[in-house]
Amino acid sequence: METAEHKEPPYILVWGVLLLLTVAEVFFAFMEFPKAWLAFGLIVMAIWKALLVALYYMHLRFEPRRLWLLAAAPLPLAVILVLVVIQEF
Amino acid sequence: MATHAAAERLPIPGIPIYNLKLGMWVFLLSEVMFFTGLIGSYIILRFAHPDQFADPGVVLNVPLTAFNTFVLICSSVTMVKAFAAIQQGDQRGLKRWLLATIFLGTFFVGVQAVEYTVLAGEGFVPTAEAYHALGRGNPHDGPAIGGPLYGATFYIMTGFHGAHVTIGVLCLWFTLWRATKGRYTARSYGGVEIMGLYWHFVDLVWIILFTIAYLI
Repeated sequence: METAEHKEPPYILVWGVLLLLTVAEVFFAFMEFPKAWLAFGLIVMAIWKALLVALYYMHLRFEPRRLWLLAAAPLPLAVILVLVVIQEF
Repeated sequence: MATHAAAERLPIPGIPIYNLKLGMWVFLLSEVMFFTGLIGSYIILRFAHPDQFADPGVVLNVPLTAFNTFVLICSSVTMVKAFAAIQQGDQRGLKRWLLATIFLGTFFVGVQAVEYTVLAGEGFVPTAEAYHALGRGNPHDGPAIGGPLYGATFYIMTGFHGAHVTIGVLCLWFTLWRATKGRYTARSYGGVEIMGLYWHFVDLVWIILFTIAYLI
């Protein structure tokens, strides 16, 4: 039942980083940059935040590597789904 | 003896986590594809029909939703603190943090309902016939900003996410009810852990959705 014993992850620190990244995202979204650069920067920050949630709050960082593989399995499928359909337009 | 030692060296088949947790992970992975369908459709349609969409802040209330994002992130912290509490056998802490998560989750859904009401009042609706978004704080009549594809994709994406949060809040009430019955202990906390996995996933999806739908 229990997962492997480990020291309590830095939940509050992660919360602080998530908060800072959210504020940074909102400010960045309204800056005068080319649209492509804005989109790239915002997606990088969103992925960074999503990874922090998955690794620390969902405890993926402390799980067996085989679960990492399972968790990553739909990601290439998701990219393929979007990229293949976008070719139609 | 030799046979026993050899058996110990054999790799453990599958993934060495308990079934309930593995089941939740597999369910969440199917949810990844579900939300990919919704968010992917939005991205594809936006590429194909850029005139149907608007820049951030023109139609949608970004500061309000950024605050709501902050609320949902806070609810992830309270959920993980509930999990940490029961790992230590802290029954009172578990109930307190679960209640805080329920409050924050309900608050998120409430703000989303207010946001929908205001947007609908400004003509930003999911139906093509009634769509006539004039933009934030613009009381005067004029040409609509964007088109019905914007309203339809926005409400489908955020609406399904809101439904997930609502279902999560109901499940949190159930988890709290079980906690009051003393069903979770420092050695048996699977129900809290899988509840947390679902809740954090909903938070993770919102992080992506907020960026795609509100900021880009």
